[in-house]
Amino acid sequence: MPAQIEPTFPTQAGQAATVAQRLLDLAKQAPEKVILRLLFNQAPDQPITYAELLQRSNGYAQALAGAGIQPGEVVILILQHGADLAYAFFGAIFHGAIPSIMPFLTEKLSPEQYRRSLAALFEICAPAAVITYPEFESEVRQAISPHASIRTLLLSSQIAWPAEAAEITPTKGIQPADIVLLQHSSGTTGLQKGVALSHQAVFNQLESYSRALHLAPADVIVSWLPLYHDMGLIAGFLLPILSSIPLVLLSPFDWVRAPYRMLQAISQYQGTLAWLPNFAYNFCAQKIRPRDLEGVDLSSWRAVINCSEPMYYRSHQLFLERFAPYGFRASALATCYAMAENVFAVTQGGIDAPVTIDPVSQRGLLIDRLARPPQPGEDVISMLSVGRPIDNTRVRILDEHHHDLAERSLGEIALHSDCMLTGYYKRPDLTKKAFAGGWYLTGDLGYMADGEVYVTGRKKDLIIVGGKNVYPQDLEGLASEVAGIHPGRVAAFGVPNPDTGTEDVVIAAELEDQNLDPEDPAAQAIADEIRQRVTRGSDVVLRYVKLVRRGWLLKTSSGKVARSANREKYLSESDNFSL
Amino acid sequence: MNNETIQVLAAHIATHIIKQPKRVITPDEKILSSGLIDSFSLVDLSIFIEEHFGVRIADTELNPETFDTLAQLAGLITQRQ
Repeated sequence: MPAQIEPTFPTQAGQAATVAQRLLDLAKQAPEKVILRLLFNQAPDQPITYAELLQRSNGYAQALAGAGIQPGEVVILILQHGADLAYAFFGAIFHGAIPSIMPFLTEKLSPEQYRRSLAALFEICAPAAVITYPEFESEVRQAISPHASIRTLLLSSQIAWPAEAAEITPTKGIQPADIVLLQHSSGTTGLQKGVALSHQAVFNQLESYSRALHLAPADVIVSWLPLYHDMGLIAGFLLPILSSIPLVLLSPFDWVRAPYRMLQAISQYQGTLAWLPNFAYNFCAQKIRPRDLEGVDLSSWRAVINCSEPMYYRSHQLFLERFAPYGFRASALATCYAMAENVFAVTQGGIDAPVTIDPVSQRGLLIDRLARPPQPGEDVISMLSVGRPIDNTRVRILDEHHHDLAERSLGEIALHSDCMLTGYYKRPDLTKKAFAGGWYLTGDLGYMADGEVYVTGRKKDLIIVGGKNVYPQDLEGLASEVAGIHPGRVAAFGVPNPDTGTEDVVIAAELEDQNLDPEDPAAQAIADEIRQRVTRGSDVVLRYVKLVRRGWLLKTSSGKVARSANREKYLSESDNFSL
Repeated sequence: MNNETIQVLAAHIATHIIKQPKRVITPDEKILSSGLIDSFSLVDLSIFIEEHFGVRIADTELNPETFDTLAQLAGLITQRQ
């Protein structure tokens, strides 16, 4: 057998122990290999070799060193899709600093709200530096309070490129247990939980997950996922780059306007693997014109992996029917259950065998909390398995007292692995609450059957829209500020939309004025104001705003608005919805 | 012509995109930068325009710099018809 670069992870003594060393080793082995290919909307594709990635990243590392940033300090990256984001990310790691990618300001989000989010992030993770574009400097400066920890605002235009890649040596003294990066969920609430991951945790995840995927040198990963999200950062960025697997990367902003570009990229670059949130299956199946698929050949695609939001059998069917004529194979449909707290994957399905479909009684799930076969006359739900736990991760299903439940009983999913988060950054309180007896409590509900995991919903009130986590309390806070709404009498929740394959976000709010008819134009103006405020404040677009009279919303015994109960009430009164 | 185009667009957006058929969208109201139309619905809008008016809006034009109101969008359509 001729020697070849092994895509799986070296963990033996003497092998790379840090991400920086790993990248250095790969660049030495294959400096001219194109590891990253950036696609743009109106510019040619940009191929980046390991040597270039290393050299340019080193430019950022030297700039951070020059600015007096210390290893172990946090560096926030506010950069869009493009080479600078990749260089700045690895540059921070080369320097031994801890990068965290913050979403960029969008046209919909109000600059004031964005500044508030930034200020909150700065407060929580006490970064030493921020890296952004010169055009965005003034925006970022406005978010930096006089007491902020930030000592340097580094601009992408200020980075000098070192001439010789050979001189590069990562900062010494970085240990495998040190934190390599932080991942944040969006929103005021999500920003509180910066998931801190160690070099070792990242390596352990990538090693185990590579085995589950049978990652091989012929693989090519194609992704449009944002890098501030775990699925994008790990599956669509670190996994390929640190495994010598070529990555073709599109911008999420371009993809949503032209979803066919991902399929054209798979065809052009013989893509083999891609991860998608469930809504993207429906979106691609419904919103691509035939003319944009002319000449597209999807036969190289060996796995399209559904991950990061509730998944539907119907979405898989839609996708298969639409793209089979272009060479897409049924065997490529795969599923994964993942979370930042485990670096990424917890389970993987659909690689060694087709995704298991488990037809269970809807009543059984909802009422008996048991995934059992339907009895005559009962509605059936075709549950998609998310597969088996990857080989470094164990999964249990627990009851409310944290005792193990029997096979097929519905409970909270808990997990244990050698790739868990180090903690929520600077939040030992939240970290402690997340674990019970060394097991991480996911807040997701599900069951196990024949060794496979099924995710049925969430214990927490979290809403997931298009793969993005949305915390209802953030939206409720924004809606409560609207004049005419009874403060605090607002409930935000998600309802599944089978057409789009994701959740629609609904706000139900009580009107202050007892005599105002919710159908009155004056009430509609209030509804518009809620939409406006929520969109500008959170970047979340509301599908329905339901204004109701005082007393409509159900409360818990402690007087708080009960989200799930109000969700049920909304659904039972709503005629524009069916499961 | 423009008024008719605006009405057709307004009706489509209210009924099929924001799912509030009674919602009145004025010709000069901001529809993209306000978040009234979310980014997932932009492709819908361009497909509808192509099918209904026979006018192509490129995906690179689906941004508030190209159009942000019904009046601007109708102008674009009329100009290309």
